[in-house]
Amino acid sequence: MEEMEAAINPWWIIGGVLFVVLNTAAGLIWLERRLLALWQDRYGPNRAGPFGILIVLADSIKMFFKEDWVPPFADRLVFVFAPAIVVATVLMSFTIIPFAPGLMVADFNIGILLFLAFSSLGAYSIMLGGWASNNKYSLLGAMRGAAQMITYEVFMGLSLMGVVLLSGSFNLKDIVLAQQGGWFIFPQFVGFFIFLVAGIAETHRLPFDIPESESELVAGFHSEYSGMKFGMFFIGEYMGVTLISCLVTTLYFGGWLGPDFLPPIIWFVIKTFAFICLFILLRASLPRPRYDQLMEYGWKFLLPLSLLNLLVTAAIKLL
Amino acid sequence: MYSLLRTMWLTFLHMFHKRETYQYPEKKAPLPARWRGRIVLTRDPDMGERCVGCYLCAAACPVDCIALQAAEDEEGRRYPEFFRINFSRCIYCGYCEEACPTYAIQLIPDYEMAEYDRQNLVYEKEDLLINGQGKYHGYNYYKVAGLAIGGKGKGEAQKEDPPVNLKDLLP
Repeated sequence: MEEMEAAINPWWIIGGVLFVVLNTAAGLIWLERRLLALWQDRYGPNRAGPFGILIVLADSIKMFFKEDWVPPFADRLVFVFAPAIVVATVLMSFTIIPFAPGLMVADFNIGILLFLAFSSLGAYSIMLGGWASNNKYSLLGAMRGAAQMITYEVFMGLSLMGVVLLSGSFNLKDIVLAQQGGWFIFPQFVGFFIFLVAGIAETHRLPFDIPESESELVAGFHSEYSGMKFGMFFIGEYMGVTLISCLVTTLYFGGWLGPDFLPPIIWFVIKTFAFICLFILLRASLPRPRYDQLMEYGWKFLLPLSLLNLLVTAAIKLL
Repeated sequence: MYSLLRTMWLTFLHMFHKRETYQYPEKKAPLPARWRGRIVLTRDPDMGERCVGCYLCAAACPVDCIALQAAEDEEGRRYPEFFRINFSRCIYCGYCEEACPTYAIQLIPDYEMAEYDRQNLVYEKEDLLINGQGKYHGYNYYKVAGLAIGGKGKGEAQKEDPPVNLKDLLP
């Protein structure tokens, strides 16, 4: 393992991760539309290129050439920077993911903490985006989004602590290696469930896409955004989905571990892909909860549950 | 919680259902005969224009997309000098067809009216007029109307009695 780390130039890893993540995010546009169509008895994009795969190209061209308009009443500087924050923070979070032995950008001892810190920063993107738009609907959407993200942030961290207790490390590589005896999904099922729910809420995907309630708030925090600035929010969301899927895989499903007949990176990709599909299935099947239900579920149910999980895990670890 | 998982499972099972999409350009949806699509102007069985320029369709049109100008030929038949429908405004409500007293204006099951240029959706009389009777066959307004026109005097229309001589006391 150590010689593998030496064999690959870190710049190649950084470039490769950037390339793969950005292209995955673009590809998810197509994947989501196809899968949603599949689950709704439709075909989805099937004209542009084989299986409609060129829809990604069409979407990107459209996104790049659309008029990128900043409303005259907006706070220009913040308005322009807000979408960049979400993309930057999510991309930074990818540095800690161990894709395969020796294939990770930064081998931090505080990996999980770094992820939590960056995902908290993501809330700024929504809040500043909605505030800089100087539009009441955007602001309301931003407030809802920020409140949701902060709520679910709290026990997202707590749910992860079970894994940290079991593996004795914040380092994601060590966490994966600690799962050689058995994946953490079994001893930490409650933690996995809480993390998954919090992760969905964190990327504000359906059913927790409260900031983007089209019927009440037009489109929430990004109502005033157009062109590539909107595209950044869009891509940021898809990268968030990929990130959460990667993390679930790493933390609870043994990361790159798997039978020897496939290389580790393939195992990692398969597991991550399955979770991305789960995210899309959630979108296809579940209705959006009311806002107070969402907050109540977070504060009154998931937060005590995660504390209880942490307590029980710690007690068992001590015994 | 159980119902959420059940919903997800049932949605997942849709993967194995038949897809309901019509692959449009290759396979078209079956349309009812009374589908309200493109508007045409029809002709009577003698291939004359049915439209008599009464303006009722233009008056009935809720979006004011019909414009016409009535004229009269030497035989006393009325016809539209121009007849213009702006299909970029038309909402295919069918009120014009209902208002028409002569079955001239009709909506047919043709809905493929995409254009690259908006101006191409303004149809003039030449574009609207078809060489046929549309949905109502055998109807000829000037054959049943009591109006005297060239080649047909008073009382010579179908199912019409000859005019009564008002000055005569005999039945």
